[in-house]
Amino acid sequence: MASSVRENEIGLERGDYAGRPTTLCKGCGHNSISNQIISVAYDMSIDPTRVVKLSGIGCSSKSPAYFMSRSHGFNALHGRMPAVATGATTVNKDLIAIGVSGDGDTGSIGLGQFKHMVRRNIPVVYIVENNGVYALTKGQFSATADQGQQLKYAGVNELPPIDICLEAIAAEASFVARSFAGDPGQVRELLKAALSHRGTAVLDIISPCVTFNNHETSTKSYPWGKQHQEVLQDITYVPYADPIMVDYSAGAVIVVEMHDRSHLWLKKIEPGSHDPTNKIASLTLLEESREKNLFPTGLIYVDEDRPAFNEVSHLVDEPLVSLPDEKLRPPREALEQVIAKLS
Amino acid sequence: MSDTQRAEKVSSEDEQQTIINDFQIVIATVNGTGSQTANTILLRSLFRMGIPVCGKNIFPSNIQGLPTWFTVRVSKDGYVARKGTSEVLVAMNQVTIGEDIDSLPAGGVCIYPADWKVTERGDIHMYPVPVKELLKSADVPSNLRDYVSNMVYVGTLAALIEIEMGEIEEALKFHFSGKTRAAEMNMMVVKAAYDWAMGHLPAANPYRVKRLDLTKNMIMLDGNSAGALGAIFGGVTLVAWYPITPSTSLVDALREYVQDMRLDPETGKATCAVVQAEDELAAIGMVIGAGWAGGRAMTATSGPGISLMSEFAGLSYFAEIPAVIWDVQRVGPSTGLPTRTSQGDVLSAYFLGHGDSKHIVLLPSSLKEAFEFGWRALDLADRFQTLVLVLSDLDLGMNSWMSEPFEYPGEPIDRGKVLTAEDLTRLGTFSRYKDVDGDGIAYRTLPGTKHPLAAYFTRGTGHDEHAIYSERPEHWVANTERLNRKFDTARSAVPAPVIDEVEGAQFGVIAYGTTHPAVVEGRDLLRRKDIEFDYLRLRALPPGDDVRKFIEKHLRCYVFENNSDGQMAKILQTEYPELAPRIISLAHLDGLPLTADRLVTLLLQKENA
Repeated sequence: MASSVRENEIGLERGDYAGRPTTLCKGCGHNSISNQIISVAYDMSIDPTRVVKLSGIGCSSKSPAYFMSRSHGFNALHGRMPAVATGATTVNKDLIAIGVSGDGDTGSIGLGQFKHMVRRNIPVVYIVENNGVYALTKGQFSATADQGQQLKYAGVNELPPIDICLEAIAAEASFVARSFAGDPGQVRELLKAALSHRGTAVLDIISPCVTFNNHETSTKSYPWGKQHQEVLQDITYVPYADPIMVDYSAGAVIVVEMHDRSHLWLKKIEPGSHDPTNKIASLTLLEESREKNLFPTGLIYVDEDRPAFNEVSHLVDEPLVSLPDEKLRPPREALEQVIAKLS
Repeated sequence: MSDTQRAEKVSSEDEQQTIINDFQIVIATVNGTGSQTANTILLRSLFRMGIPVCGKNIFPSNIQGLPTWFTVRVSKDGYVARKGTSEVLVAMNQVTIGEDIDSLPAGGVCIYPADWKVTERGDIHMYPVPVKELLKSADVPSNLRDYVSNMVYVGTLAALIEIEMGEIEEALKFHFSGKTRAAEMNMMVVKAAYDWAMGHLPAANPYRVKRLDLTKNMIMLDGNSAGALGAIFGGVTLVAWYPITPSTSLVDALREYVQDMRLDPETGKATCAVVQAEDELAAIGMVIGAGWAGGRAMTATSGPGISLMSEFAGLSYFAEIPAVIWDVQRVGPSTGLPTRTSQGDVLSAYFLGHGDSKHIVLLPSSLKEAFEFGWRALDLADRFQTLVLVLSDLDLGMNSWMSEPFEYPGEPIDRGKVLTAEDLTRLGTFSRYKDVDGDGIAYRTLPGTKHPLAAYFTRGTGHDEHAIYSERPEHWVANTERLNRKFDTARSAVPAPVIDEVEGAQFGVIAYGTTHPAVVEGRDLLRRKDIEFDYLRLRALPPGDDVRKFIEKHLRCYVFENNSDGQMAKILQTEYPELAPRIISLAHLDGLPLTADRLVTLLLQKENA
């Protein structure tokens, strides 16, 4: 095999996972995330024809056009992608859904749908490219903007921010992570874990807007992120088929078995650090970070026992879209029986 | 003078002809007092006697306490429109009993609880009934009396208008399918009231029913259940919805039908998902997501719901995604009269969404059409890759109608133009929005199709025929023209109007949906005055050439519809601007189904003006 064009396990090259050229600003955090999605899908040998890329409206929501052109994409309505994801994954449980949203799309107009998607545990990797600002409309505050923050045209933000991870856990989320577009390695490992998760995997990724909100006083900027990011764990994703043993000394590692039997090895950065299987600890971590303006990143909460929506919907095992007509239209006798009961 | 004596006096002073099988009963009750069972039993026992009937529930937006009226029309001529006047009153609501009695015509009949004080009225038959005593005598456990008390008026009516007791018993068995004890206990009360009435009430009442043979092989159901059943046979795979009167019972019925007919025999698991959404925005969003992925998806809602769904409706039109909305119309604007019927969403449904959007609209006017459009809507949505709205209303959806049995779909399920991986290999190329066949309908692929050419990017933004984002004017124009071409293709593919032309017609009448029964009856009334008209019943939008031809034939075309603004008349005037002056609106909306009398009055006013 030539090393320059390496094929993955299903015979695809990295280029087969590429999208169309981006139209976002140079340096935008969203482009970095798109690149990590491409890398991860290639590395995990994901069949792009099984993937659906879903989004709402906004800069972030444009990005599904910029990765994996061999996958069906759907740039839907502002804040309404969760409903679209629910419909698509319910009629075809074989699809791998990757949703890309933003802080306006998720934190404002779509907050209701977001929380209900999480509550239903729809099987979707739900990425929030969070930059604290409405960029397509030229620089208004979003609901995740920092209190007291100042923007050129919008003035001072007097209101407290909505914490997407807190909202997710309050809605019974089964996978919640926070990351930083400036830390591509962490984004990749979290994406791999998210793709192995059975329900909704919420990835709140701080993804700086280089045009409207990248100044040092903003907690959604590259400089602030680079300075303040506190990595919760050193994450290694171990695929089910992969016999690699990670050499960590006992006690320093939390191992999470994912539903597809892959594993996450979470090496503690320091003793007594965060346990993402503990919901109360996760809520405490987020609330304290909020109060103290800290920026912990990594896997915040995970519950692999909670079934996904399609596991509790009592539907046939075959995807509904694959059912032949004779399974969808009851026979003539069925109608005759109904009619007989009504006369 | 006792009440009984008074009734006898009325009958001797005012000798009335006996009126058989041609009157209306109204049962006035307090909402939430369980009269529904009694009313259903009445309706079904009359139906079982072979007499054409129609039951209409005129109810409040309330759980308990407000007045509600149930009308049962018996008509030897088979008329099923609402009648403005009821001749037989069962007055079980102390609050409205005064106005209820006032509404009776001379010679009318009123049954009421004997312990209530009522205003005297000399020109009707008053029948006080000792409800409490009869219940005590019927040997019903005291804790169950409330549940069966309404059977007292069933028994009393049976004696007065001569409903066959055997059919009441059969109707009870039907209603309590399998629950013998409940059926028996109710029958005991019916019997007690019947025996008492036979012994105590004089036979002065002129209104009688008599066995006919006109309901043989017919069924009785509500339109919401018929629509749900149609969707089940249309192979629906996802129903997402949010509860709203009067559409809720459509999905309630559908859920039951899924359990009956859409479970895998081996696993017991369903082949259709029913998802209760958090609101109507999410409901239609799920439908669009499912339709995009290849599901057969629908939602059911009413006016406020389609307002919320309008943004997704535009997306369905523009991104070309199959979806079905059942709009069971109620009176708007705003919350309006949420438990009253209307055809007020026609304009907004046809053009739902911002920008130049327009949709296929189906207009069922009977149970049979509710069933047929239930499956056909899913086929049309897949065929045209677009939103299809079925405009039913509260009258059709929630009231009880007779019908001939439904016909099993005569054509296979239509999934529309979907390319498989094999097709793609054979073709070697795929452009999502290219008009290959010249009918405006492009080919699509479904997510999950295992072929490198299968994927495309769906968006509500401007796009070229390869589904690539484009702001170029020529791309926008080309796409719009193709969408219009597609809409024109739909004109001859949607259910055609039913046209009934007669000799000597003086003008044309156009109606649709639940104004149809009033047109049928009104036509007979006018015939007696030597007035004849041709009749076109619309069954879908966009209208086809036959509608234009019908209007061209008549100098005056009166459009009857249950709204205030004459919405369909406006649509037709816009479709045929050169014929606009001939299209005359006779719209009327008061929350109740149109009556033949009102239709005749409105028509004659215009004709004689």
